Amino acid sequence: MTGEPAIGLVVNPVAGLGGAAGLKGSDGAAAQRAALALGAVPRAGERAARAVRALLSRRPGARLVTVPGPMGEDAVHAAGGTCAVIHPPAPPRPAPGLAEADGPMGARLVAGTTAQDTRRAVVALAGVDLLLFAGGDGTARDVLDALRELGGQAPPVLGVPAGVKVYSGCFAVSPATAGLVAAAFRPGRTGEAEVVDLDEDGYRRGLVGPRLYGTVRVPEARAAFSGRKTGSSGTPPATVEAVAREVVSRMRPGVRYVLGPGATTRAVGREHGVATTLLGVDVVEDGRLIAADVPEAALFDLVRPGKTVVVLSVIGGQGFVLGRGNQQISPRVLRAARAPLLVLATQRKLAALRGRPLLADSGDEDLDRRLSGHVQVITGHRESTIYRLRAASEEYDG
Amino acid sequence: MNTAESFAKLPVAPKPPLRRFHQARWDEPIIFELSAPGRRGVAVPGPGAAPVELPASVRRAEPPKLPEMAQLHVLRHYLRLSQENLGVDLNIDVGQGTCTMKYSPKVNDRFAGAVAELHPLQHEDTVQGVLEIYWRLERMLAEISGMARVSLQPGSGSAAIYANIAMIRAYHAARGEGHRDQVITTMFSHPSNAACAKTAGYEVITLMPDAEGLPDIEALRAAAGPRTAALMITNPEDTGIFNPRIQEFVDLVHEAGGLACYDQANANGILGITRARDAGFDLCHFNLHKTFSTPHACGGPAAGACGVSEELAPFLPGPVVGFDDGTYRLETPAASIGKVRPFLGVTPNIVRAYAWIMALGGEGLRQVAETAVLNNNYLMHRILAIPGASAPWGRRRVEQVRYSWQELTEETGVHSEEIGVRAADFGVHYWTSHHPYVVPEPFTLEPTESYSKEDLDEYADILAHVASEARSDPAFVKEAPYNQSVHKIDMTSLDDPGEWAPTWRAYVRKHLS
Repeated sequence: MTGEPAIGLVVNPVAGLGGAAGLKGSDGAAAQRAALALGAVPRAGERAARAVRALLSRRPGARLVTVPGPMGEDAVHAAGGTCAVIHPPAPPRPAPGLAEADGPMGARLVAGTTAQDTRRAVVALAGVDLLLFAGGDGTARDVLDALRELGGQAPPVLGVPAGVKVYSGCFAVSPATAGLVAAAFRPGRTGEAEVVDLDEDGYRRGLVGPRLYGTVRVPEARAAFSGRKTGSSGTPPATVEAVAREVVSRMRPGVRYVLGPGATTRAVGREHGVATTLLGVDVVEDGRLIAADVPEAALFDLVRPGKTVVVLSVIGGQGFVLGRGNQQISPRVLRAARAPLLVLATQRKLAALRGRPLLADSGDEDLDRRLSGHVQVITGHRESTIYRLRAASEEYDG
Repeated sequence: MNTAESFAKLPVAPKPPLRRFHQARWDEPIIFELSAPGRRGVAVPGPGAAPVELPASVRRAEPPKLPEMAQLHVLRHYLRLSQENLGVDLNIDVGQGTCTMKYSPKVNDRFAGAVAELHPLQHEDTVQGVLEIYWRLERMLAEISGMARVSLQPGSGSAAIYANIAMIRAYHAARGEGHRDQVITTMFSHPSNAACAKTAGYEVITLMPDAEGLPDIEALRAAAGPRTAALMITNPEDTGIFNPRIQEFVDLVHEAGGLACYDQANANGILGITRARDAGFDLCHFNLHKTFSTPHACGGPAAGACGVSEELAPFLPGPVVGFDDGTYRLETPAASIGKVRPFLGVTPNIVRAYAWIMALGGEGLRQVAETAVLNNNYLMHRILAIPGASAPWGRRRVEQVRYSWQELTEETGVHSEEIGVRAADFGVHYWTSHHPYVVPEPFTLEPTESYSKEDLDEYADILAHVASEARSDPAFVKEAPYNQSVHKIDMTSLDDPGEWAPTWRAYVRKHLS
């Protein structure tokens, strides 16, 4: 064919079902059933179609590859496009006890679409240059799982926001933007974005806690129409690298650095020349990796009082720096370190907090209160801000 | 033609409420592509002025590689480009918030033309008139800001900010305090402050806004210390909010031993009302192309001015103009940071700014500010009446407002950028905000003193119309523009040093060879 890159599409047709019904998510058949009973209309297909429409408007000759029915093909057709269809090994089948939904896409919605179907579809589409997926954070996790299965063969991906929870960094800001970014995509130009998710049961009870699940490769993209008059927002990967460069320039000999989980802290490891982990807590000193993915007890043993600095990044959209995905860094570890925290975040991430403080939920409210106040947050190379940190318990008490 | 027929349609039908605008689209090549060898335009010398033969020592061996074109083709080329453009002389330019787009009186261009023949290296004795203009403009800006001395050398606002940070660095070094290596600024200050400080080698601490939309003073308290070289702050900030605690900000930084530097890019609403020095600032700058009506010049040369207190005056860029014994002289301040651009400054713009201030006088300047604020209040009243538009933090604004379409976006999926692009179908536009977007779905409007009530009504009517289109047919708005010369463009090349080409030479090098 032509030199057009192949753009894949996977839709999680049940994504976003719970949102309108106030269910704070759509994970699990029970939530989906409840949402349908409350009259929820599936909208993931429609949002995927919007992305495809935007893609085709910019790049009419785009080569689309997808899977049958509501998991992709329908959205392409709804957008007036054509596509190649690949059948994943096991076709979707209705789950017992789930009614078929109404609505534009709903008539053909196989309401029992599961996480497995998403994963199978992603694997089937492994050969594309860029894979669009429509869903929320739960879908992003399923995609991440499938990409891990594919290893080095995994294509870059880009999320079309269609779920209730869209905290992961791999989503475009809107369906149309996803389409435009895909249209501008040039193979080889990718960055890294985090996949985070909330525990929905906890979220429904009002206990918010994002967890970092991993990172995926995404197109190196910026807002499609930023209408700016001065330079750009800076590409996210470049900003993360700049933060890492700053941290490394501040490292002193003979001091232990405890790197919490996250893509930003992993970039610190990369800049430092050591292979730290994405999800684990790692300890480095004098350019060497002392320990990787350390559990709490081992970490406590590694802390040298007064000579240990804990480096944390902000996880998820709520501003947590402690107690979400980094419980290994326990109250006794923090007490023993006896040095100020080194907090990392891009300006964009802080701006998204809209004036709300960073949060600490170490498990020890006294310690959280002691840590709170105004902390320096590194936002780039020789760039920082001073930002409010609060004990999570106080923030939720008002 | 039959007379009865030609008048059959009189009187003409009334105009619809919104203009049926359509931008020209000429598909015009770049001027270098229009060049053909041997083509020439001729400027015949006027009577009396004998042509001067340049001495061989200063003549070029080879002519410069300029496009070779006939006069008509040059004229046509630039007229076409001007038709494919929007700007303050053509449309209601209140949407370029923070840029202070005001009318530049055409008569001032004629005055500026009068200095075109001067050579920048002429002896002082032969250019006393121009030096007097420099000196008098400096005194006026000193009076407006309360500062002791003012340099008119910088070629832009950012160059003035850079000159200020260079003076701050020299000041601390002269006092043996070169260890001060941090500059504090705020998220809603002009980003050139952070950029210039960083370029000058400083570590930058940016204060985020608190829940009230003001820079967090507790954060400033935590940030200020022995490493603080300066606070560089805009007020009112780009939100249009005047910081009521600005005096405390200045005092906190002074207590820590730092200097306070006032970015007056947003001075249009405070002319004759507040003065930088009165609030304790040690340095300030003006953008003459914003507040004092010289052309913006699309990236230069514009004109900036740096004002400093007595204590900082020895560090000013040189030369400055001094007046002694009825004669104007060029002087280099004792501990000058050197030059920030060649020669004295952008002289044509200095002349324009001088003429503008002279035409207004002190009372007129204050009236400029009051009218700009009144216009802003009126436009804010009209914009906030549009369903889906809001002004976060609900505070009173000075001369501009950073609004938000968040509610409209949540209801329709149409983003601020898309609404701005659709507005261009009616011959207007707006700018959203610097990055990152702290105000969600932002748009920043600054109706200076130049616009009439009818202008502001037309602008507000256009936004109201587009917002209602977003509700009735979001896809239609997202596909806009329909009546513009350029449709959607891919801006990613702006972020790629391998692709951007600000000159023809760079374009040839990067893309044609």
